[in-house]
Amino acid sequence: METSKKLPTDPSESPPSPAGDGAADPERLVQGNLSFHDITEMVSRHAEKKAPLAWYVAFGVSLSGALLLIGLLAYVVWNGIGVWGNNQPVGWGWPIVNFVFWVGIGHAGTLISAILYLFRQHWRTAINRAAEAMTIFAVICALIWPTFHVGRVWAIYWTLPIPNQMAMWPQFKSPLLWDVFAVSSYFIVSTLFWYVGLVPDLATLRDRAKNFWRQRILAFFSLGWTGSNRHWRNYEKAYLLLAGLATPLVLSVHSVVSFDFAVSVIPGWHTTIFPPYFVAGAIFSGFAMVVTLMVITREIYGLKNLITIDHLEKMNIIILLTGSIVGFAYITEFFMAWYSGVEYEQYAFINRAFGPYAWAYWIMMTCNLITPQLFWSKRLRRSIPVMFALSIVVNIGMWFERFVITITSLHRDFLPSSWGYFTATWVDIGTFVGSFGLFFTLFLLFLRFVPMVAMAEVKGVMPEADPHHYDPEGNGHAEGDGEPYIAPAEPALAEAYRNDETDAPE
Amino acid sequence: MFTLIQDLKAQVGIFESDADQVHGLLAEFPDPGALLHAAEAVRAEGYRHFDTHSPFPIHGMDEAMGLGNAVGVGVLTFFGGITGCVVAYLLQWWTAAVDYPLNISGKPFFAVEPSVPIMFELTVLFAAFGAVAGMFALNGLPRPYNPLFYSDRFRGATDDRFFLHIAASDDEFDVEDSAAMLQRLGAHHLELVKDDGTVDA
Repeated sequence: METSKKLPTDPSESPPSPAGDGAADPERLVQGNLSFHDITEMVSRHAEKKAPLAWYVAFGVSLSGALLLIGLLAYVVWNGIGVWGNNQPVGWGWPIVNFVFWVGIGHAGTLISAILYLFRQHWRTAINRAAEAMTIFAVICALIWPTFHVGRVWAIYWTLPIPNQMAMWPQFKSPLLWDVFAVSSYFIVSTLFWYVGLVPDLATLRDRAKNFWRQRILAFFSLGWTGSNRHWRNYEKAYLLLAGLATPLVLSVHSVVSFDFAVSVIPGWHTTIFPPYFVAGAIFSGFAMVVTLMVITREIYGLKNLITIDHLEKMNIIILLTGSIVGFAYITEFFMAWYSGVEYEQYAFINRAFGPYAWAYWIMMTCNLITPQLFWSKRLRRSIPVMFALSIVVNIGMWFERFVITITSLHRDFLPSSWGYFTATWVDIGTFVGSFGLFFTLFLLFLRFVPMVAMAEVKGVMPEADPHHYDPEGNGHAEGDGEPYIAPAEPALAEAYRNDETDAPE
Repeated sequence: MFTLIQDLKAQVGIFESDADQVHGLLAEFPDPGALLHAAEAVRAEGYRHFDTHSPFPIHGMDEAMGLGNAVGVGVLTFFGGITGCVVAYLLQWWTAAVDYPLNISGKPFFAVEPSVPIMFELTVLFAAFGAVAGMFALNGLPRPYNPLFYSDRFRGATDDRFFLHIAASDDEFDVEDSAAMLQRLGAHHLELVKDDGTVDA
């Protein structure tokens, strides 16, 4: 296996292709005229050689953030959650805002890996591995908040139905408990899905390993995978089923998160629009985070032929779509408040837009509804600097959305005598910043040690992977279609074999 | 009985070596198309204990090898899901209505409606366990030892190479005849893999 070959990192660097192989075709998912081995090389080498300097710098910064988080959480546990800005009436401060924010970010990973798989969107193969990793790490970051927000973190196991000396059980009528089950099931299923996808790629790394222990460790995690067709057969079935299971799961998780709010009677929370509105918002913020991460990753790791501008454009279209759904939901909420005729509901929304937190409301409206509309322009949604800036703006907006929902509804409810105001403390800010540190620490470890692109899946969607690509009469597809074509072997030949089978010894 | 176990193991791709420690013939083909046609031909010649190895699943290979639809994973996933649903129902009913009845705002101790979210989540969770554990079990994984790992070329099966393996346990297997047939089918490299760690090219 040659290893010294210079691989093109950018579609513009690709060598001129021999005539007729379609390499210059913009419809191709993999650009740059790459062979199967080039893909293996391009992706695996980053998990094998020393990381670039930028990685060490980023890792240092992220790790400091993660340590800040750990230190401050210890401070919170020691002093009680009063060191956060939580008060009466705002019992759910930043911790719950951050929880919903991080869970939402995670949803894009499952959307890419499961829903786009069911829709046969082959372009997902280049980004699904990193997006699923992002899901898992975002859910870890999310789980921190409710865990520590309970105050007595050592009693968090009370949320699980574990037989105990108090002979007590969790109270299953509470949406907060549904949330425990929804988010932890989501975490486990996402991790399983990710691992199943990883097995063939870990086997690739195992077969390339030169070092004894590296080979043993990878052999352990790749479970003896050999790319056997008898295995692929069950594997593909399991993958399809997992995608089918993860799709309703991801939709249910943010719906259940929205029940935390919607099942209560607080004005501004008690609405039936919450589940779809939360799910759209989750996909919106998650895709923005994927764009942020992929723009940097493809640049630093030279993956522009695998994660092409077309991939990013497709994600930006989804951001535009879900952003518009979210914006529509904001307006619908106002309409419903007015139309309901309920005074408290009407006041809650007037207060959101023009009350003491109007600044947060208008940041939310600007970032989520207005700026993503720039993606209607094809030039802007294909521009790297524009999409990078907009993807960050979207996540700022989505954090403020959760802030607006949580804080503005709580700070003024039915009784003016119990109204209050919430101000974040330095611990709120520190723990939130620290959660980004933890997220990026985990993501950088992923980039360093795990194949960041699903190699087996990318190879599988290349035209060269289609067995009929090699037929002398072509694969029966229009020129440049490039889609793998699922079809039985040549009918006459298959017929001949079927006839043979009848008298073949079993 | 012994052959039944052998056949079951062969179904998941685990083939026994023969008395001379011969595990089988490993033929390398240039591309997925050639591998697909070779698999069709090997199947037509009456071989049953054979397998193909490729870096990605090849469409049409299941029919070419005569494997049919993979039902097992689906069945296990289904029963996993049923188990999860029943467990969630019984858990919520028994804890809330039998073992620790707690009056919350005068609501019934147990009702189906508020139990739906957890029933749904556990259905999905257990179905996913069924899918993953079932897939690994039906594939005979994890499998730390595999005589094919003795072949250095075989490492390319997870990179860009395409192999067809005819196991020595097949009734039709004969070193010379099978090798000649594989060569005829367009194999550009042939290896005889043995269980004692030797590989003859």
